[in-house]
Amino acid sequence: MRPAFLEVQSVSKAYGANGSRTEVLRDINLSIEEGEFVAIVGYSGAGKTTLMSILAGLLQPDAGEVKLEGQPVRSPGPDRGLVFQNYSLLPWLNVFENVKLAVDEVFPAKSEAERVAHTEEFVEMVNLTAAHDKKPSELSGGMRQRVSVARTLAMHPKILLCDEPLSALDALTRANLQDEIARLSATHKQTVVLITNDPDEAILLADRVIPLTAGPNATLGPSFRVDIARPRDRRALNHDPQFKQIRREVIEFLLRSRKHRQASVTRKLVLPEIEPEDLSVHRPKIGARRRPIRRSEVQREEIQIDP
Amino acid sequence: MKDSKFKKLDWLILPILGVGAVLILWQVVSASVSKELPNPGKTWAASKAYVVEPFAKRGEMDQGILRFTWYSLVLVAKGYALALLIGTPLGFCLGLSKTFAKTFDPIIQILRPVSPLAWLPLGLVLFLGAGKQASELGALFTIAVCAMWPTVLNTAVGVRAVPQDYLNVARVLKLSRTKTLFKVLIPATLPYMFTGFRLSLGIAWLVIVAAEMLTGRPGVGGFLWQEYNALVYEHIILCIITIGIVGFVLDRLMSVIERRFKTA
Repeated sequence: MRPAFLEVQSVSKAYGANGSRTEVLRDINLSIEEGEFVAIVGYSGAGKTTLMSILAGLLQPDAGEVKLEGQPVRSPGPDRGLVFQNYSLLPWLNVFENVKLAVDEVFPAKSEAERVAHTEEFVEMVNLTAAHDKKPSELSGGMRQRVSVARTLAMHPKILLCDEPLSALDALTRANLQDEIARLSATHKQTVVLITNDPDEAILLADRVIPLTAGPNATLGPSFRVDIARPRDRRALNHDPQFKQIRREVIEFLLRSRKHRQASVTRKLVLPEIEPEDLSVHRPKIGARRRPIRRSEVQREEIQIDP
Repeated sequence: MKDSKFKKLDWLILPILGVGAVLILWQVVSASVSKELPNPGKTWAASKAYVVEPFAKRGEMDQGILRFTWYSLVLVAKGYALALLIGTPLGFCLGLSKTFAKTFDPIIQILRPVSPLAWLPLGLVLFLGAGKQASELGALFTIAVCAMWPTVLNTAVGVRAVPQDYLNVARVLKLSRTKTLFKVLIPATLPYMFTGFRLSLGIAWLVIVAAEMLTGRPGVGGFLWQEYNALVYEHIILCIITIGIVGFVLDRLMSVIERRFKTA
């Protein structure tokens, strides 16, 4: 069997020092075909951005491996175009210069005139020719994200990684840009991984929707294939039975994964004053000398219940 | 109506009232507490020649006030340039390398509060071999050493404050180290650097007076000290006012430049 275009094999990642280490991602497996549009839906704080950083090569996984066309991913590079959640435009460069910086880096062999033309083409593609000379601070959020998309697509990446690209935008701009992303990915046959917290957005855009369970220890759920014909009309979609079903299943899966995490009880403790001092409570060695906490001073105690 | 008219002019009227109040206080103090302190009228009378012919040269230590100011500004410009040339790269190193910062931070924190008056003798000793040039080189050394700290520290803070997003962009684009420095780090740090430059210029101007006083070079500070020894107290006040105005103008100029970079 031919290896998949992008292959993620049992990737895990944990943050923090040895004592208080929290595992963010556990055993992530994913394979994506060339030209496929995959959306990963998950709660905020579940580790979506961590997963994206690992795919982009900005972070190294603790275990497992990411392979693009069979080659392991060890460092970031322009073949994996990353559209950042907060746009990450350089504020001292205008729209054209922001895109040009990427073009200059990725196509050093081309002549200056070719690179200018290439840059113009992508600025035009996201309909920003009018804002060509504007600085990012003069643009709206939607326009900034379009610049960011143009910068990324101009690098001709093998795979486009979108980390919640639309989450900071208002609903109308969002819908607008969703249509634009659908159009761009369809015309370029671009392989896309979209990370989002909006199941509707995921189903509208993607060929395949994969839920990410709530963290810590987030992992990917089963794939939901979306066979709705393109171009998809968001108004018609609301009444499409397949859309409704996938949406229900994805949301149910996410809610179920969350329920497991919420099984903890917080209660007030009232204890008599006669208990001995709790010597196991950590105190700073230097500085303000805190006396040990008495049991009766512990106001709340959290008890985790494993379901 | 009356109220709004006053509001329009208050930027002019209020400062004039403030200056007037200080002049009256000055007059009262010179008439009552300190008889040696020349009053405003006497000060003006004695200083008129220096102000009306600001570029006149009557002798080595008897020149128009702007001519003296010019000498001082030239010396400050040299020392300040030296401070920026040393301070900015040093700040970048401190901001970029944790090891470098840990190694040199303590010594910087110790050297930073040392007064210019303490550095100057060392500067003179350092350039003893330079003969006639010793006083100028010593003064330059003092200005540079005292004025560079705000630049060093602000640059270091600025480099550390460069958002990770910008660095991620550089990493995704696989920018080389030099390109990352010139295309991302320096532009992102510029606003901080210019704040440092402005503060440094303020200090450089403070130091010049001390340096000229002790080395006896012609300039506003040298003139001030000479006239104190010559018992012409009016000229001390003239010098103080000149130093203040020049310092204010320099600060304004720098903040105009600084604001141009703040947009980033």
